[in-house]
Amino acid sequence: MCAQSRAERDSDAPGGSAAERVPEPARTVLDGPEMQRALTRIAHEVLERTKGGADVTLLGIPSRGVPLAARLAERIERVEGRTVPQGSLDITMYRDDLRLAPARALGRTEIPPEGVDGRLVVLVDDVLFSGRTVRAALDALNDIGRPRAVQLAILVDRGHRELPIRADYVGKNLPTSLRETVTVQLSEYDGTDAVLLGPAKPRAGAESPAAEEA
Amino acid sequence: MRHLLSAGDLTRDEALLVLDTAAELAQVSGRSVKKLPTLRGRTVVNLFYEDSTRTRTSFELAAKRLSADVVNFSAKGSSVSKGESLKDTALTLQAMGADGVVVRHSASGAAHRLAEWVDGSVLNAGDGTHEHPTQALLDVYTMRERLGRLDGLRVAIVGDVLHSRVARSNVLLLHTLGAEVTLVAPPTLVPVSVHTWPCSVSYDLDAVLPKSDVVMLLRVQAERMHDAFFPTAREYSRRYGLDGERFARMQDDAIVMHPGPMVRGMEISAEVADSARSTVNEQVANGVSVRMAVLYLLLGGS
Repeated sequence: MCAQSRAERDSDAPGGSAAERVPEPARTVLDGPEMQRALTRIAHEVLERTKGGADVTLLGIPSRGVPLAARLAERIERVEGRTVPQGSLDITMYRDDLRLAPARALGRTEIPPEGVDGRLVVLVDDVLFSGRTVRAALDALNDIGRPRAVQLAILVDRGHRELPIRADYVGKNLPTSLRETVTVQLSEYDGTDAVLLGPAKPRAGAESPAAEEA
Repeated sequence: MRHLLSAGDLTRDEALLVLDTAAELAQVSGRSVKKLPTLRGRTVVNLFYEDSTRTRTSFELAAKRLSADVVNFSAKGSSVSKGESLKDTALTLQAMGADGVVVRHSASGAAHRLAEWVDGSVLNAGDGTHEHPTQALLDVYTMRERLGRLDGLRVAIVGDVLHSRVARSNVLLLHTLGAEVTLVAPPTLVPVSVHTWPCSVSYDLDAVLPKSDVVMLLRVQAERMHDAFFPTAREYSRRYGLDGERFARMQDDAIVMHPGPMVRGMEISAEVADSARSTVNEQVANGVSVRMAVLYLLLGGS
Protein backbone atom coordinates (compact mmCIF):
# COMPACT_ATOMS: atom_id res chain seq x y z
CA MET A 1 0.00 0.00 0.00
CA CYS A 2 2.97 2.28 -0.28
CA ALA A 3 2.29 5.27 -2.43
CA GLN A 4 5.04 5.88 -4.81
CA SER A 5 4.34 9.56 -4.98
CA ARG A 6 6.01 12.13 -7.06
CA ALA A 7 9.28 11.64 -5.30
CA GLU A 8 11.25 10.92 -8.44
CA ARG A 9 9.85 13.89 -10.17
CA ASP A 10 10.73 16.16 -7.32
CA SER A 11 14.06 14.62 -6.50
CA ASP A 12 16.04 17.55 -7.73
CA ALA A 13 13.43 20.09 -6.86
CA PRO A 14 14.27 21.78 -3.55
CA GLY A 15 14.86 25.49 -3.73
CA GLY A 16 17.45 27.71 -5.32
CA SER A 17 19.19 26.88 -8.54
CA ALA A 18 18.70 23.16 -8.79
CA ALA A 19 21.21 23.10 -11.58
CA GLU A 20 23.98 23.20 -9.01
CA ARG A 21 22.58 20.36 -6.94
CA VAL A 22 22.20 17.86 -9.74
CA PRO A 23 25.43 15.88 -10.00
CA GLU A 24 25.59 16.14 -13.78
CA PRO A 25 24.91 19.63 -15.06
CA ALA A 26 21.34 20.35 -16.11
CA ARG A 27 20.95 23.16 -18.59
CA THR A 28 18.33 25.87 -18.14
CA VAL A 29 16.37 26.05 -21.37
CA LEU A 30 13.66 28.40 -20.12
CA ASP A 31 14.25 30.83 -17.26
CA GLY A 32 11.70 32.65 -15.12
CA PRO A 33 11.04 35.74 -17.29
CA GLU A 34 10.93 33.58 -20.45
CA MET A 35 8.37 31.33 -18.83
CA GLN A 36 6.27 34.35 -17.85
CA ARG A 37 6.35 35.62 -21.41
CA ALA A 38 5.45 32.22 -22.84
CA LEU A 39 2.45 31.97 -20.51
CA THR A 40 1.33 35.49 -21.40
CA ARG A 41 1.52 34.60 -25.08
CA ILE A 42 -0.48 31.39 -24.53
CA ALA A 43 -3.13 33.37 -22.64
CA HIS A 44 -3.47 35.73 -25.62
CA GLU A 45 -3.57 32.83 -28.06
CA VAL A 46 -6.34 31.17 -26.07
CA LEU A 47 -8.35 34.39 -26.18
CA GLU A 48 -7.71 34.80 -29.89
CA ARG A 49 -8.57 31.25 -30.83
CA THR A 50 -11.68 31.15 -28.65
CA LYS A 51 -12.88 34.65 -29.64
CA GLY A 52 -12.70 36.14 -26.18
CA GLY A 53 -12.83 32.95 -24.19
CA ALA A 54 -16.43 33.38 -22.99
CA ASP A 55 -16.98 29.66 -22.48
CA VAL A 56 -13.42 28.62 -21.62
CA THR A 57 -12.72 26.41 -18.59
CA LEU A 58 -9.08 25.78 -17.67
CA LEU A 59 -8.25 22.41 -16.13
CA GLY A 60 -4.72 21.76 -14.90
CA ILE A 61 -3.34 18.24 -14.64
CA PRO A 62 -1.68 17.66 -11.22
CA SER A 63 0.76 18.44 -10.06
CA ARG A 64 2.55 21.08 -12.18
CA GLY A 65 -0.37 21.69 -14.54
CA VAL A 66 -2.55 23.13 -11.77
CA PRO A 67 -0.49 26.23 -10.94
CA LEU A 68 0.09 26.74 -14.68
CA ALA A 69 -3.70 26.76 -15.24
CA ALA A 70 -4.05 29.25 -12.38
CA ARG A 71 -1.44 31.52 -13.95
CA LEU A 72 -3.15 31.36 -17.34
CA ALA A 73 -6.51 32.16 -15.74
CA GLU A 74 -5.00 35.14 -13.97
CA ARG A 75 -3.53 36.47 -17.23
CA ILE A 76 -6.75 36.00 -19.15
CA GLU A 77 -8.60 37.85 -16.41
CA ARG A 78 -6.15 40.70 -16.60
CA VAL A 79 -6.68 41.06 -20.34
CA GLU A 80 -10.41 40.51 -20.57
CA GLY A 81 -11.50 41.63 -17.11
CA ARG A 82 -13.62 38.53 -16.67
CA THR A 83 -13.02 35.56 -14.42
CA VAL A 84 -12.24 32.25 -16.06
CA PRO A 85 -13.39 29.03 -14.33
CA GLN A 86 -10.40 26.90 -13.50
CA GLY A 87 -9.77 23.66 -11.69
CA SER A 88 -7.75 20.50 -11.68
CA LEU A 89 -8.21 17.08 -13.21
CA ASP A 90 -6.34 14.15 -11.69
CA ILE A 91 -5.66 11.34 -14.13
CA THR A 92 -4.11 8.73 -11.84
CA MET A 93 -7.07 6.35 -11.97
CA TYR A 94 -7.02 6.50 -15.79
CA ARG A 95 -3.32 5.84 -16.36
CA ASP A 96 -2.35 2.96 -18.63
CA ASP A 97 0.73 2.08 -16.56
CA LEU A 98 -0.92 1.57 -13.16
CA ARG A 99 0.07 -2.05 -13.10
CA LEU A 100 3.73 -1.29 -13.66
CA ALA A 101 4.23 0.37 -10.28
CA PRO A 102 2.83 0.24 -6.74
CA ALA A 103 -0.44 2.11 -6.29
CA ARG A 104 0.11 5.84 -6.53
CA ALA A 105 -1.35 8.52 -4.28
CA LEU A 106 -4.13 10.43 -5.98
CA GLY A 107 -4.00 14.08 -6.92
CA ARG A 108 -6.85 16.52 -6.50
CA THR A 109 -9.73 16.77 -8.90
CA GLU A 110 -11.63 20.01 -8.61
CA ILE A 111 -14.15 20.76 -11.29
CA PRO A 112 -15.49 24.34 -11.22
CA PRO A 113 -19.18 24.54 -10.17
CA GLU A 114 -20.23 25.35 -13.76
CA GLY A 115 -19.16 21.83 -14.75
CA VAL A 116 -17.69 21.03 -18.15
CA ASP A 117 -20.86 20.36 -20.15
CA GLY A 118 -20.93 22.57 -23.25
CA ARG A 119 -17.76 24.40 -22.23
CA LEU A 120 -14.51 24.75 -24.12
CA VAL A 121 -12.10 22.92 -21.86
CA VAL A 122 -8.42 23.79 -22.13
CA LEU A 123 -6.27 21.11 -20.48
CA VAL A 124 -3.03 22.50 -19.06
CA ASP A 125 0.11 20.54 -18.26
CA ASP A 126 3.81 21.20 -17.96
CA VAL A 127 5.46 18.73 -20.35
CA LEU A 128 4.05 16.96 -23.39
CA PHE A 129 6.01 13.78 -24.03
CA SER A 130 4.46 10.43 -24.94
CA GLY A 131 0.92 11.83 -24.94
CA ARG A 132 -0.30 9.13 -22.57
CA THR A 133 -1.18 11.56 -19.79
CA VAL A 134 -3.33 13.55 -22.20
CA ARG A 135 -5.02 10.35 -23.37
CA ALA A 136 -5.84 9.57 -19.74
CA ALA A 137 -7.07 13.12 -19.19
CA LEU A 138 -9.45 12.83 -22.16
CA ASP A 139 -10.86 9.64 -20.68
CA ALA A 140 -11.24 11.26 -17.26
CA LEU A 141 -12.98 14.26 -18.80
CA ASN A 142 -15.34 11.97 -20.66
CA ASP A 143 -16.60 10.56 -17.35
CA ILE A 144 -17.21 14.01 -15.90
CA GLY A 145 -19.21 15.55 -18.70
CA ARG A 146 -19.38 16.49 -22.35
CA PRO A 147 -17.38 19.60 -23.23
CA ARG A 148 -18.13 21.48 -26.47
CA ALA A 149 -14.48 21.08 -27.37
CA VAL A 150 -11.20 20.19 -25.70
CA GLN A 151 -7.89 21.92 -26.34
CA LEU A 152 -4.44 21.36 -24.91
CA ALA A 153 -2.02 23.97 -23.57
CA ILE A 154 1.48 22.84 -22.70
CA LEU A 155 4.53 24.63 -21.36
CA VAL A 156 7.15 22.40 -23.00
CA ASP A 157 6.68 20.02 -25.92
CA ARG A 158 9.64 17.64 -25.91
CA GLY A 159 8.48 15.37 -28.72
CA HIS A 160 8.55 11.54 -28.83
CA ARG A 161 4.79 11.08 -29.06
CA GLU A 162 3.48 7.54 -28.70
CA LEU A 163 -0.12 8.48 -29.45
CA PRO A 164 -1.75 10.70 -32.09
CA ILE A 165 -1.99 13.74 -29.83
CA ARG A 166 -0.81 17.31 -30.36
CA ALA A 167 -0.96 20.52 -28.36
CA ASP A 168 -3.00 23.57 -29.40
CA TYR A 169 -0.85 25.99 -27.40
CA VAL A 170 2.86 25.42 -26.81
CA GLY A 171 5.14 27.48 -24.59
CA LYS A 172 8.33 26.09 -26.05
CA ASN A 173 9.16 23.35 -28.50
CA LEU A 174 12.15 21.53 -27.11
CA PRO A 175 13.77 18.87 -29.29
CA THR A 176 15.19 16.24 -26.93
CA SER A 177 16.68 12.80 -27.08
CA LEU A 178 14.89 10.03 -25.21
CA ARG A 179 17.83 9.81 -22.82
CA GLU A 180 17.45 13.37 -21.61
CA THR A 181 15.15 14.50 -18.82
CA VAL A 182 13.05 17.63 -18.78
CA THR A 183 12.31 19.09 -15.37
CA VAL A 184 9.86 21.92 -14.90
CA GLN A 185 10.25 23.96 -11.74
CA LEU A 186 7.50 26.30 -10.63
CA SER A 187 7.74 28.77 -7.78
CA GLU A 188 4.56 27.31 -6.24
CA TYR A 189 6.35 23.99 -5.67
CA ASP A 190 10.05 24.55 -6.15
CA GLY A 191 10.60 28.18 -5.17
CA THR A 192 11.77 29.10 -8.63
CA ASP A 193 10.56 29.14 -12.24
CA ALA A 194 12.70 27.24 -14.73
CA VAL A 195 12.75 24.45 -17.26
CA LEU A 196 15.86 22.30 -17.03
CA LEU A 197 17.25 19.86 -19.57
CA GLY A 198 19.48 17.22 -18.06
CA PRO A 199 20.95 13.84 -18.92
CA ALA A 200 18.92 10.74 -18.11
CA LYS A 201 18.96 9.65 -14.50
CA PRO A 202 20.93 6.44 -14.17
CA ARG A 203 18.03 4.10 -13.48
CA ALA A 204 18.63 0.69 -14.97
CA GLY A 205 16.18 -0.42 -17.59
CA ALA A 206 13.75 2.35 -16.81
CA GLU A 207 13.36 4.69 -19.71
CA SER A 208 10.24 5.43 -17.69
CA PRO A 209 8.88 8.67 -18.94
CA ALA A 210 6.42 8.51 -16.04
CA ALA A 211 8.10 11.27 -14.13
CA GLU A 212 8.27 13.79 -16.91
CA GLU A 213 5.71 12.66 -19.38
CA ALA A 214 2.67 14.63 -20.26
CA MET B 1 1.28 -3.98 1.78
CA ARG B 2 -0.57 -6.86 0.19
CA HIS B 3 -3.43 -7.65 2.54
CA LEU B 4 -5.66 -5.74 4.91
CA LEU B 5 -6.10 -8.09 7.85
CA SER B 6 -5.93 -5.85 10.90
CA ALA B 7 -6.41 -2.15 11.50
CA GLY B 8 -3.34 -2.44 13.73
CA ASP B 9 -1.14 -3.31 10.73
CA LEU B 10 -1.60 0.15 9.26
CA THR B 11 1.02 2.77 10.00
CA ARG B 12 -0.09 6.34 10.52
CA ASP B 13 1.00 7.27 6.98
CA GLU B 14 -0.76 4.30 5.41
CA ALA B 15 -3.97 5.04 7.29
CA LEU B 16 -3.86 8.70 6.26
CA LEU B 17 -3.17 7.64 2.67
CA VAL B 18 -6.34 5.52 2.72
CA LEU B 19 -8.35 8.43 4.15
CA ASP B 20 -6.99 10.95 1.63
CA THR B 21 -7.55 8.56 -1.26
CA ALA B 22 -11.10 7.94 -0.02
CA ALA B 23 -11.73 11.69 0.14
CA GLU B 24 -10.79 12.01 -3.54
CA LEU B 25 -12.79 8.95 -4.55
CA ALA B 26 -15.85 10.26 -2.70
CA GLN B 27 -16.27 12.73 -5.58
CA VAL B 28 -17.04 9.83 -7.91
CA SER B 29 -20.28 9.18 -6.01
CA GLY B 30 -21.47 12.65 -6.95
CA ARG B 31 -20.84 12.35 -10.69
CA SER B 32 -23.22 11.22 -13.38
CA VAL B 33 -20.83 8.44 -14.44
CA LYS B 34 -20.07 6.76 -11.12
CA LYS B 35 -17.30 4.59 -12.45
CA LEU B 36 -13.54 4.55 -12.81
CA PRO B 37 -11.65 2.18 -15.15
CA THR B 38 -8.87 1.49 -12.66
CA LEU B 39 -9.48 -2.18 -11.81
CA ARG B 40 -10.74 -3.22 -15.24
CA GLY B 41 -10.06 -6.91 -15.79
CA ARG B 42 -9.43 -7.67 -12.11
CA THR B 43 -11.61 -10.06 -10.18
CA VAL B 44 -12.78 -9.51 -6.62
CA VAL B 45 -14.46 -12.36 -4.76
CA ASN B 46 -16.77 -11.59 -1.86
CA LEU B 47 -16.45 -14.64 0.35
CA PHE B 48 -19.10 -14.32 3.06
CA TYR B 49 -19.55 -17.04 5.64
CA GLU B 50 -21.70 -14.79 7.81
CA ASP B 51 -24.79 -12.73 7.08
CA SER B 52 -24.14 -9.19 6.05
CA THR B 53 -26.04 -6.49 4.21
CA ARG B 54 -24.01 -3.35 4.59
CA THR B 55 -20.49 -4.68 4.26
CA ARG B 56 -21.10 -7.04 1.36
CA THR B 57 -23.08 -4.56 -0.75
CA SER B 58 -20.60 -1.84 0.14
CA PHE B 59 -17.63 -3.92 -1.04
CA GLU B 60 -19.54 -5.01 -4.12
CA LEU B 61 -20.42 -1.43 -5.04
CA ALA B 62 -16.88 -0.23 -4.35
CA ALA B 63 -15.36 -2.92 -6.57
CA LYS B 64 -17.88 -2.27 -9.33
CA ARG B 65 -17.25 1.47 -9.24
CA LEU B 66 -13.61 0.64 -9.95
CA SER B 67 -14.71 -1.61 -12.86
CA ALA B 68 -13.57 -4.86 -11.23
CA ASP B 69 -15.52 -8.06 -11.86
CA VAL B 70 -17.25 -9.11 -8.68
CA VAL B 71 -18.19 -12.64 -7.70
CA ASN B 72 -20.41 -12.99 -4.66
CA PHE B 73 -20.09 -16.13 -2.68
CA SER B 74 -22.12 -16.83 0.41
CA ALA B 75 -21.86 -19.96 2.48
CA LYS B 76 -25.55 -20.64 2.11
CA GLY B 77 -26.28 -22.45 -1.13
CA SER B 78 -22.62 -23.25 -1.84
CA SER B 79 -20.43 -26.31 -1.41
CA VAL B 80 -19.73 -25.14 2.13
CA SER B 81 -23.11 -26.51 3.16
CA LYS B 82 -21.90 -29.82 1.67
CA GLY B 83 -18.92 -29.78 4.03
CA GLU B 84 -16.16 -28.09 2.02
CA SER B 85 -13.41 -26.54 4.16
CA LEU B 86 -12.34 -22.90 4.03
CA LYS B 87 -9.02 -23.92 2.53
CA ASP B 88 -10.56 -25.95 -0.30
CA THR B 89 -12.99 -23.16 -1.04
CA ALA B 90 -10.12 -20.68 -1.10
CA LEU B 91 -8.07 -22.85 -3.46
CA THR B 92 -11.07 -23.19 -5.76
CA LEU B 93 -11.41 -19.42 -5.93
CA GLN B 94 -7.66 -19.16 -6.44
CA ALA B 95 -7.87 -21.53 -9.40
CA MET B 96 -10.49 -19.25 -10.89
CA GLY B 97 -8.03 -16.35 -10.73
CA ALA B 98 -9.28 -14.06 -7.98
CA ASP B 99 -7.07 -10.97 -7.60
CA GLY B 100 -8.69 -9.98 -4.33
CA VAL B 101 -10.69 -11.91 -1.75
CA VAL B 102 -12.97 -10.07 0.64
CA VAL B 103 -13.68 -12.46 3.48
CA ARG B 104 -16.09 -12.51 6.37
CA HIS B 105 -16.03 -15.50 8.67
CA SER B 106 -17.37 -16.35 12.10
CA ALA B 107 -13.96 -17.62 13.24
CA SER B 108 -11.42 -15.10 14.50
CA GLY B 109 -8.24 -15.34 12.44
CA ALA B 110 -9.93 -16.77 9.33
CA ALA B 111 -8.61 -13.93 7.17
CA HIS B 112 -5.04 -14.52 8.38
CA ARG B 113 -5.26 -18.21 7.49
CA LEU B 114 -6.71 -17.39 4.10
CA ALA B 115 -3.86 -14.97 3.37
CA GLU B 116 -1.42 -17.89 3.66
CA TRP B 117 -3.29 -19.93 1.08
CA VAL B 118 -4.11 -17.55 -1.75
CA ASP B 119 -1.90 -15.46 -4.03
CA GLY B 120 -4.25 -12.50 -4.27
CA SER B 121 -4.88 -9.79 -1.71
CA VAL B 122 -7.06 -10.69 1.26
CA LEU B 123 -9.33 -8.05 2.76
CA ASN B 124 -10.72 -8.83 6.17
CA ALA B 125 -14.41 -7.90 6.22
CA GLY B 126 -14.88 -9.19 9.75
CA ASP B 127 -13.46 -12.31 11.38
CA GLY B 128 -15.39 -13.52 14.40
CA THR B 129 -14.97 -11.21 17.36
CA HIS B 130 -11.52 -10.16 16.20
CA GLU B 131 -11.29 -7.37 13.62
CA HIS B 132 -13.15 -5.39 10.99
CA PRO B 133 -10.55 -2.98 9.62
CA THR B 134 -12.56 -1.31 6.84
CA GLN B 135 -15.28 -0.44 9.36
CA ALA B 136 -12.68 1.28 11.53
CA LEU B 137 -11.33 3.14 8.48
CA LEU B 138 -14.78 4.40 7.52
CA ASP B 139 -15.54 5.39 11.11
CA VAL B 140 -12.32 7.35 11.33
CA TYR B 141 -13.00 8.89 7.91
CA THR B 142 -16.44 9.99 9.14
CA MET B 143 -14.94 11.53 12.30
CA ARG B 144 -12.40 13.46 10.26
CA GLU B 145 -15.10 14.68 7.85
CA ARG B 146 -17.41 15.82 10.65
CA LEU B 147 -14.96 17.15 13.21
CA GLY B 148 -12.01 18.07 11.00
CA ARG B 149 -9.33 16.39 13.10
CA LEU B 150 -8.31 13.10 14.69
CA ASP B 151 -5.39 14.09 16.84
CA GLY B 152 -6.50 14.42 20.45
CA LEU B 153 -10.10 13.50 19.64
CA ARG B 154 -11.87 11.86 22.61
CA VAL B 155 -13.84 8.84 21.48
CA ALA B 156 -16.12 6.75 23.69
CA ILE B 157 -16.98 3.27 22.40
CA VAL B 158 -20.01 2.05 24.30
CA GLY B 159 -21.62 -1.37 24.51
CA ASP B 160 -20.81 -4.98 23.78
CA VAL B 161 -17.03 -4.63 23.44
CA LEU B 162 -16.46 -8.30 24.23
CA HIS B 163 -18.11 -9.55 21.05
CA SER B 164 -17.22 -6.57 18.89
CA ARG B 165 -14.67 -6.71 16.09
CA VAL B 166 -15.51 -3.08 15.35
CA ALA B 167 -14.34 -1.98 18.81
CA ARG B 168 -10.94 -3.64 18.54
CA SER B 169 -10.24 -2.31 15.04
CA ASN B 170 -11.33 1.18 16.04
CA VAL B 171 -9.20 1.20 19.19
CA LEU B 172 -6.10 0.17 17.24
CA LEU B 173 -6.64 2.60 14.38
CA LEU B 174 -7.69 5.55 16.52
CA HIS B 175 -4.64 5.02 18.71
CA THR B 176 -2.40 5.05 15.62
CA LEU B 177 -3.97 8.32 14.54
CA GLY B 178 -3.59 10.02 17.90
CA ALA B 179 -7.14 9.88 19.30
CA GLU B 180 -7.93 8.92 22.90
CA VAL B 181 -10.36 6.04 23.23
CA THR B 182 -12.43 5.10 26.26
CA LEU B 183 -14.35 1.83 26.23
CA VAL B 184 -17.58 1.92 28.20
CA ALA B 185 -19.36 -1.34 28.99
CA PRO B 186 -20.64 -3.46 31.85
CA PRO B 187 -17.72 -5.38 33.37
CA THR B 188 -19.08 -8.63 31.93
CA LEU B 189 -18.83 -7.27 28.38
CA VAL B 190 -15.21 -6.10 28.55
CA PRO B 191 -12.59 -8.54 27.18
CA VAL B 192 -10.18 -10.05 29.74
CA SER B 193 -7.17 -8.87 27.74
CA VAL B 194 -8.35 -5.26 27.57
CA HIS B 195 -5.38 -4.02 29.62
CA THR B 196 -3.19 -4.75 26.58
CA TRP B 197 -5.29 -2.45 24.39
CA PRO B 198 -4.15 1.16 23.92
CA CYS B 199 -7.22 2.70 25.57
CA SER B 200 -8.91 3.32 28.90
CA VAL B 201 -11.97 1.55 30.29
CA SER B 202 -14.95 2.86 32.24
CA TYR B 203 -18.13 1.26 33.53
CA ASP B 204 -19.96 4.56 33.90
CA LEU B 205 -21.42 6.08 30.72
CA ASP B 206 -22.68 9.22 32.46
CA ALA B 207 -19.18 10.11 33.63
CA VAL B 208 -17.62 9.68 30.17
CA LEU B 209 -20.37 11.28 28.08
CA PRO B 210 -19.68 15.00 28.75
CA LYS B 211 -15.97 14.53 28.00
CA SER B 212 -16.43 12.88 24.61
CA ASP B 213 -16.26 14.34 21.10
CA VAL B 214 -17.54 11.10 19.58
CA VAL B 215 -19.85 8.50 21.11
CA MET B 216 -19.85 5.24 19.19
CA LEU B 217 -22.51 2.75 20.19
CA LEU B 218 -22.19 -0.98 19.61
CA ARG B 219 -24.99 -3.45 19.17
CA VAL B 220 -25.45 -6.10 21.85
CA GLN B 221 -24.65 -9.22 19.84
CA ALA B 222 -27.21 -11.60 21.26
CA GLU B 223 -26.40 -14.22 18.61
CA ARG B 224 -22.87 -14.60 20.01
CA MET B 225 -23.97 -14.67 23.66
CA HIS B 226 -24.18 -18.08 25.23
CA ASP B 227 -24.23 -16.75 28.76
CA ALA B 228 -26.08 -14.22 30.86
CA PHE B 229 -23.99 -11.05 30.59
CA PHE B 230 -26.52 -8.66 32.13
CA PRO B 231 -29.77 -9.19 34.03
CA THR B 232 -32.27 -7.79 31.52
CA ALA B 233 -32.25 -5.85 28.26
CA ARG B 234 -34.14 -3.11 30.04
CA GLU B 235 -31.46 -2.74 32.69
CA TYR B 236 -28.73 -2.69 30.06
CA SER B 237 -30.58 -0.02 28.16
CA ARG B 238 -31.07 2.11 31.30
CA ARG B 239 -27.36 2.08 32.14
CA TYR B 240 -25.64 1.94 28.74
CA GLY B 241 -28.24 3.05 26.18
CA LEU B 242 -28.06 6.52 24.64
CA ASP B 243 -31.48 8.11 25.08
CA GLY B 244 -32.64 11.68 24.55
CA GLU B 245 -31.88 12.70 28.11
CA ARG B 246 -28.25 11.51 27.94
CA PHE B 247 -27.92 12.93 24.44
CA ALA B 248 -28.80 16.38 25.81
CA ARG B 249 -25.88 16.17 28.23
CA MET B 250 -23.31 15.60 25.47
CA GLN B 251 -21.15 18.41 24.13
CA ASP B 252 -22.90 20.59 21.55
CA ASP B 253 -20.80 19.48 18.60
CA ALA B 254 -20.25 15.87 19.65
CA ILE B 255 -21.43 13.23 17.20
CA VAL B 256 -23.13 9.87 17.66
CA MET B 257 -21.96 6.90 15.59
CA HIS B 258 -23.17 3.36 15.14
CA PRO B 259 -21.71 0.70 12.84
CA GLY B 260 -25.14 -0.87 12.31
CA PRO B 261 -27.33 -2.77 12.45
CA MET B 262 -28.99 -0.69 15.17
CA VAL B 263 -31.42 -2.05 17.69
CA ARG B 264 -33.55 0.99 18.43
CA GLY B 265 -34.64 1.18 22.04
CA MET B 266 -31.75 -0.99 23.20
CA GLU B 267 -28.37 0.74 22.78
CA ILE B 268 -29.76 3.82 21.03
CA SER B 269 -33.15 5.50 21.15
CA ALA B 270 -34.97 6.32 17.91
CA GLU B 271 -34.84 10.06 18.55
CA VAL B 272 -31.04 9.98 18.91
CA ALA B 273 -30.58 7.70 15.91
CA ASP B 274 -32.53 10.11 13.70
CA SER B 275 -30.95 13.32 14.98
CA ALA B 276 -28.75 15.50 12.79
CA ARG B 277 -25.74 14.66 14.92
CA SER B 278 -26.06 10.95 14.28
CA THR B 279 -23.78 9.87 11.42
CA VAL B 280 -25.24 6.41 10.82
CA ASN B 281 -26.17 6.98 7.19
CA GLU B 282 -23.06 9.01 6.45
CA GLN B 283 -21.01 6.08 7.70
CA VAL B 284 -22.66 3.84 5.12
CA ALA B 285 -22.01 6.32 2.30
CA ASN B 286 -18.41 6.84 3.41
CA GLY B 287 -17.98 3.07 3.57
CA VAL B 288 -18.15 2.82 -0.22
CA SER B 289 -15.47 5.50 -0.71
CA VAL B 290 -13.18 3.98 1.91
CA ARG B 291 -13.50 0.50 0.43
CA MET B 292 -12.81 1.89 -3.04
CA ALA B 293 -9.64 3.43 -1.62
CA VAL B 294 -8.56 0.16 0.00
CA LEU B 295 -9.29 -1.88 -3.13
CA TYR B 296 -7.41 0.61 -5.27
CA LEU B 297 -4.39 0.71 -2.98
CA LEU B 298 -4.22 -3.09 -2.67
CA LEU B 299 -5.12 -4.13 -6.21
CA GLY B 300 -4.43 -1.05 -8.33
CA GLY B 301 -0.66 -1.30 -8.53
CA SER B 302 1.76 -4.00 -9.53
